[in-house]
Amino acid sequence: MSEVNTSDFNLADLARMNQDEAARQMSICNACRYCEGLCAVFPAMELRRAFAGEDVDYLSNLCHNCGACYDACQYAPPHEFGVNVPQAMADLRENSYQRYVWPAAFAGLFQRNAFWIGLTAVVFVAAFITGVIGWHAAGAMFATYTGDGAFYRLIPHGVLVAIFGALLGYAVLAMALSVRRFWRASHSGEALEPGSIGQAIHDTATLRYLHGGGPGCTGVSGRPSDHRRWCHHATAYGFLLCLASTSLATVCHYLGYEAPYAIWHPVVILGVAGGLGLIAGPIGLLTGRPASARSRNRSADIGLVFIVMLLATSASGLAVLVLRATPAMGLALTIHLGIVAALFISLPYGKFVHGLHRVAALVRHAHEQRAAARH
Amino acid sequence: MDNNKAGYDVLVAGGGNAALCAAITAARAGASVLVVERAPASYRGGNTRHTRNMRVAHGAGNEILTGPYPVDEFWEDLLRVTNGNTDRELARMTLEKSAELWDFLYDQGVRYQPSLGGTLSLGRTNAFFLGGGKTLLNALYRTAERLGAVVRYDTTVVDLTMENGRFESATVEHGGTRETIHAKAFVAASGGFEANIEWLTEAWGPAAANFLIRGTPYNRGELLRLLLDKGVAQVGDATQGHAVAIDGRAPKFDGGIVTRLDCVPFGVVLNANGQRFYDEGEDFWPKRYAIWGRLVAAQPEQVGHVFIDSKSIKLFMPSVFAPEQADTIEELAQKVGLDPAAVRASIDEFNAACQVGHFDHTAYDECHTEGIDPPKSHWARPIDTPPYYAYTLRCGITFTYLGVKVDRTARMQMADGAPADNLYAAGEIMAGNVLGQGYLAGIGMTIGSVFGRLAGEGAATHV
Ligand SMILES: Cc1cc2nc3c(=O)[nH]c(=O)nc-3n(C[C@H](O)[C@H](O)[C@H](O)COP(=O)(O)OP(=O)(O)OC[C@H]3O[C@@H](n4cnc5c(N)ncnc54)[C@H](O)[C@@H]3O)c2cc1C
Ligand code: SF4
Ligand code: SF4
Repeated sequence: MSEVNTSDFNLADLARMNQDEAARQMSICNACRYCEGLCAVFPAMELRRAFAGEDVDYLSNLCHNCGACYDACQYAPPHEFGVNVPQAMADLRENSYQRYVWPAAFAGLFQRNAFWIGLTAVVFVAAFITGVIGWHAAGAMFATYTGDGAFYRLIPHGVLVAIFGALLGYAVLAMALSVRRFWRASHSGEALEPGSIGQAIHDTATLRYLHGGGPGCTGVSGRPSDHRRWCHHATAYGFLLCLASTSLATVCHYLGYEAPYAIWHPVVILGVAGGLGLIAGPIGLLTGRPASARSRNRSADIGLVFIVMLLATSASGLAVLVLRATPAMGLALTIHLGIVAALFISLPYGKFVHGLHRVAALVRHAHEQRAAARH
Repeated sequence: MDNNKAGYDVLVAGGGNAALCAAITAARAGASVLVVERAPASYRGGNTRHTRNMRVAHGAGNEILTGPYPVDEFWEDLLRVTNGNTDRELARMTLEKSAELWDFLYDQGVRYQPSLGGTLSLGRTNAFFLGGGKTLLNALYRTAERLGAVVRYDTTVVDLTMENGRFESATVEHGGTRETIHAKAFVAASGGFEANIEWLTEAWGPAAANFLIRGTPYNRGELLRLLLDKGVAQVGDATQGHAVAIDGRAPKFDGGIVTRLDCVPFGVVLNANGQRFYDEGEDFWPKRYAIWGRLVAAQPEQVGHVFIDSKSIKLFMPSVFAPEQADTIEELAQKVGLDPAAVRASIDEFNAACQVGHFDHTAYDECHTEGIDPPKSHWARPIDTPPYYAYTLRCGITFTYLGVKVDRTARMQMADGAPADNLYAAGEIMAGNVLGQGYLAGIGMTIGSVFGRLAGEGAATHV
């Protein structure tokens, strides 16, 4: 698939191609089943005999692209059956984000992801710099600020809250609408039990299926390792800690405690821990990409774009912390804010949505497996 | 390769389970080991690539095996399938030693999983490899290389120098060039001759041209022939082996497990003349699939056609190829190239002979036929509910049993009755010592690992 220039096809054609290929491979897997113990994809597949489009969309969102089943497959290329489940699932999964995205007109953002998100970041950084200079004066950018409320003397807190609140609000709305479209396409509408949801949350939080069925995934180095699992944990929990830090900072602000905070302050501790996770995790994910993923087209590699954005966010955030008492703080802060703004607004149009689709797919998986176990 | 002048302690020919168990064991005993594998790296591991489980004796169940499988029960099972046609001493030892394999393989990095969906009947007796045989191989190769064994791919043993039952050196071919490799001991673990159509034809006659080879195209048996030519004793005869009925549309080689068809007990099987020829419901499929290869091979054109109806289509594991489908028997017959009238007559006769009873595909049920020959003893229900489905069956060869004779230490025996000095064999190439005929699911891997370990141990004593 990797040699095909995907821009030659429209989304629907590509979807059909990707779905047909995934369905073809799934019917081979269903007659084989050797990978049953590796992850959720195979037990979910076994509940089916035929693989309609929505079914394979759903299965593709259960796959972590860990590569274990590729290493396990006696039918992997050059075998004439040409089975490469991680590749087929990754192609389909990324295509499925585009098809379920809200608003639908923005599907193209996934195609040249690096370009669009890079452009957004540049625009936001430029806007913050222009805003600061326009508001104060050019010299304000390179002044040294210390004491309570130092950041907010550069950009008022209310302005920040308004801008980031709006951006995040939009992103949450857009993601909620797209994950709802995905959910409705694949779920029959049966009532869910709390147990299924609990199971899915547990499986998500522990990355239960990024584990090679127990020994760890072999995709990266050829030997079983939990490298990707730990890096993903560092990234995801790093992200959550940063979010917690920011939320706490907002609360503190309204309680009258102004940034910047002392090193021991929970806002800083959460932020630093999160920031470190967000640096170590993405770097690990970048260096440890499974063999099955490496041949993929880089400019359309939304995973890579997202990792770079996360790294840029955490690196620029830590730079603000380090430079906060120097004349470089103003530039560091505006760059950081521009990057964070671009990250927020691009959440619905990049790799981040995989988390939401994955949770939705895991809920469905838990629901199906419980129903099957009752029979 | 300056190493070659000095040679290696142990030269292992082959790259499957038996070869790797031997290489690992010899390396652990301190020997320097060279493994020569005929296949390229992407196809390494012969038929082992296609396996999923191994039959092991055990006193109690564990977190994965669902219950005990004592050596005595394993023994009874083996005697039954082979009709007693086995070297009792070697067979008994194999089964006893199988009890060590779970831990042995675990220590080499192999992991297990509960029996796969659709194979519940093996959950007690067989250890299923997590990720299948290729994952097992990946672990064995990793371990062997970590222990210092050298693996050369695309490298075939094409000649041997032997003196009075003593191995001196082997000639190997790689990319068109030949090279002589000396070693203090030699392990032959190069599989059977199942992929060698000419040899199969010698044994089976022209019918062999219609056989499909389920596994690797690289097991051509040249090394086996070399050994026999150089005076090693032969065991078994060339027509014995493991052959099953598989989907006739499978590729000629390497189609593996996905070409299997489990629907025979639910329908009738007709030959090229549209006639039934064997009791489709004689026993559960896992106990019968291995005889159907031979049954189909003995029919005209070496084909059979299973006809089932929509009552049964969901009762068996899906096959990788979709069945032919039609709303009438005649149309379906035409689609698979049979005479519609003959098929109609056979189905009518069968339908009329079906006795009404309670159908239960999980038990020996009471649905049987009366008054027809051959009968169908269980799961006989009239084929009367369209749409109708048909699959074409052909004989798929898994592996052959003719091999070299070995003793309890995996050492080859010479035709004159003396033991060879430093030649060992493991796996398919000697499976005929244990399997004179018949087959027991998962015992191929058992034989490979038990004798692989013995061969590695024995070979390391020549250092
Ligand atoms: C589809 C399928 C499914 C199976 N499933 C099971 C199962 O679940 N459980 C089970 O117990 N058994 C199973 N079997 C049987 C099992 O594969 C064999 O019994 C077992 O793998 C044999 O191991 P081996 O090491 O002797 O041979 P192989 O694994 O076939 O290895 C032979 C090796 O020798 C190499 N070779 C051949 N000639 C030369 C030469 N001249 N020089 C150098 N190298 C050479 C080949 O390339 C190959 O790597 C299955 C077989 C097939 C085809
Ligand atoms: S990926 Fe390959 S080995 Fe795994 S279930 Fe599918 S066909 Fe079988
Ligand atoms: S790549 Fe990993 S997660 Fe995806 S289907 Fe294969 S084993 Fe499962």
